Amino acid sequence: MRQVEPIITFKDFTFKYRAQVEPTLYDINLSIYPGEKILIVGPSGSGKSTLAHCINGLVPFSYKGDISGSYEIKGQNPQKLGIFGLSKIVGTVLQDTDGQFIGLTVAEDIAFVLENDKVPQPEMKQRVQDVAELMDVDTLLKCAPRELSGGQKQRVSMAGVMIDDVDILLFDEPLANLDPATGKKTIALIDKIQKERPVTILIIEHRLEDALYKDVDRIIVMSEGRIVADTTPDELLSGNVLEEHGIREPLYLSALKQAGCHILPETKPQHIESMDLSPYKDKVFDWFRSVSLKKKEISEESALEIKDLDFSYVSGKPILQDIHFTIKKGEMVSIVGKNGAGKSTLSNLICGFMQPDRGSMLLQGQDISTLSIKERGEKIGFVMQNPNQMISKPMIFDEVALGLRVRGVSEDEVKERVYETLKICGLYPFRNWPVSALSFGQKKRVTIASILVMNPDILILDEPTAGQDYKHYTEIVEFLKQINGQFGITILMITHDMHLMLEYTDRAIVLADGKIIADDIPAKVLTNEEIAQKAYLKKTSLYDLAVNCGIEAVSDFVECFIQYDREKRKERN
Amino acid sequence: MSRVLSYEEKDTWIHRLSGVTKLVFFLLWSITSMLSYDTRVLVVMLICSLLIFRMSRTEWRQVGTVFKFIMLFLVINLLAIYVFSPDQGAKIYGSSTPLFGDTGRYALTKEQLFYECNVMIKYLTVIPAVFMFIVTTNPSEFAASLNKVGIHYNIGYSLAIALRYIPDVQDEYKKIKHAQEARGIEMSSKASLKDRIKSTSAILFPLIFSSMDRIDIISNAMELRGYGKHKERTWYSERALQRNDYIVLIVTILFSVVALVITFHDGSRFYNPF
Repeated sequence: MRQVEPIITFKDFTFKYRAQVEPTLYDINLSIYPGEKILIVGPSGSGKSTLAHCINGLVPFSYKGDISGSYEIKGQNPQKLGIFGLSKIVGTVLQDTDGQFIGLTVAEDIAFVLENDKVPQPEMKQRVQDVAELMDVDTLLKCAPRELSGGQKQRVSMAGVMIDDVDILLFDEPLANLDPATGKKTIALIDKIQKERPVTILIIEHRLEDALYKDVDRIIVMSEGRIVADTTPDELLSGNVLEEHGIREPLYLSALKQAGCHILPETKPQHIESMDLSPYKDKVFDWFRSVSLKKKEISEESALEIKDLDFSYVSGKPILQDIHFTIKKGEMVSIVGKNGAGKSTLSNLICGFMQPDRGSMLLQGQDISTLSIKERGEKIGFVMQNPNQMISKPMIFDEVALGLRVRGVSEDEVKERVYETLKICGLYPFRNWPVSALSFGQKKRVTIASILVMNPDILILDEPTAGQDYKHYTEIVEFLKQINGQFGITILMITHDMHLMLEYTDRAIVLADGKIIADDIPAKVLTNEEIAQKAYLKKTSLYDLAVNCGIEAVSDFVECFIQYDREKRKERN
Repeated sequence: MSRVLSYEEKDTWIHRLSGVTKLVFFLLWSITSMLSYDTRVLVVMLICSLLIFRMSRTEWRQVGTVFKFIMLFLVINLLAIYVFSPDQGAKIYGSSTPLFGDTGRYALTKEQLFYECNVMIKYLTVIPAVFMFIVTTNPSEFAASLNKVGIHYNIGYSLAIALRYIPDVQDEYKKIKHAQEARGIEMSSKASLKDRIKSTSAILFPLIFSSMDRIDIISNAMELRGYGKHKERTWYSERALQRNDYIVLIVTILFSVVALVITFHDGSRFYNPF
């Protein structure tokens, strides 16, 4: 049917990393044609990153292993091309926008490929200027990486690979470190690039709904090292493949299925804005009428009160202004807002890492402003985003015991309390294991356990779900929900994960430019266009679903669905 | 936020010089000042140093902290010379003129004082040159310069990349420190020195592990963009030598030669006014 030769082909391709017993990729058969835009999805460990590494040459040149079967890129054997030969054909934009920023300034980073290719300086400067204009970073050429926002860094990364006129652009989880609105812009930018240049685009991402903001030609679903689906978005979204393999489908589709609808490919389910909802409207209405909203009972007692807080590094340039809110005992609250809105500063102030210029903080009615970091640490536990940033002992037991031991608790009591905490966290069977033997999610549990052991009243978590796939996401948050419910620990989460905020928190405090612009239930926040725009959030697709179905009580609808969906998921787990 | 001892872009003729020129100047200047104890030469060099420092428009906040540190070492150094060899001056200049009467071994002699003055001037000659070099040389341009004078680009690039990531690692250190303090590891002056040293490991281990993750990412990113493909590479921020560079190089070399000739013409590197 097709006249052109594929640009990427895999035939019965199997790959096994040298350090592993089992292959990571099995029998991959795949053809990708020039100019296509392909989305590759799959849970962690499904082999999607390994597949990407095979295409850009990190496999087998950096990560060694055994290959069987054949593969070709642009008609050539990648193993003969080598990683440098491949880099002329495939440009890779990595997930970590910070880590891949190599140059001291934007211009140097963009020029990096050309420098390594011995391009003479005058030509190099011209090409940097051209591609910088294309990516709209030409005003930033002299900036250092720390002066840029996450979105700008990503545009620089893209410029840095596009300067070489590559045939294939490979994006490795481009949305992972971005706030929702910036993520949306990124997807739009990728779309624009492809319209202007003859490139083939591969996007690896597990945030399917966000990645589908613009059309893609095909979606490839990977699971346990195999390709389990290779089809158009409309076909894929109408089936059950995603659910079966632990990939989160777009929320509006979950809602339609919840209401008992059977999704048809011809209704074009790829985008909620353009989807034909007429076959489903009645069912959605009926479902909404049949359910009722359960209100969670919130205690009247306040756990944390923040009053009129101001903070600035340089006077006249406030980072936080007039911050005022109360968190009730046993609540689970999210603090959201775009990168740099002051979320981390706020948590730093609460933990006492920094001192406010004005205002007071009351913990269960008591002023904590005079307490030291250590003293606050006994009442307010802080869990960092990356567990590797916290774990300092080789053994799990010692890591969890650390906080108690430095406080001079007797060894008998340490043992008792650590065991108890490990049991709560489901880590008791591993108590004598080294930390290094654990998975990322388990390490995260260890860090939470090492804080819980001190019996804090409040737990503050920085991006608890960042970089987690659907399964691990559910595991971690269900665990938090459980300790929140059973032990009445108040939980505060700093996040830009809209799903987390919507599904698990009772309330969202929205920061924009150092001020609180909303403090409401998440379903209301995420159905409010103005707030979403100001805080760089993304309106939930459930909003569009409700509006397009003619439902007026939009936020109630959203809340109902979330409640039912969570219960269903709990049963499954 | 400005950081101590880091490159800041300004438009002066010193900033416009190539990194090679400044490196050569810095090396020759330091060697000359180290070799020479000729006070006349040193005083001239000191005046030049201060002039150059001024012309580079370096501000006190960029170098102040480090300067204070160096001064502290200078004082310790001077005291140590006096304590361990109070008759060094007498030995060098072949005479001994006590200033405050003869009070035994630790009698302060004019010669000793003069000798120690020379040591101090040597310090003060080199310090502005070091500062000037660091704060006016763009690290990437410097890496390019090193490569140009025949050193493999790996060395220059390692330096540039270290400078690139130092601020990131500093931020991470701060974050880890805070989180560990909240867990009860006291890092403030409230804890004893021994405890503080012990608890440093609670910060260092996580820092090392997360830095290793980072290194993995960086080296992949570099390789994917063709780093190490050829034996040579070109540099975006390389600056060709210009007229001013040649002038500075020639002046520097001439100055060093003349200074060393003056110093050594009488067979001793010490100038003896006594």
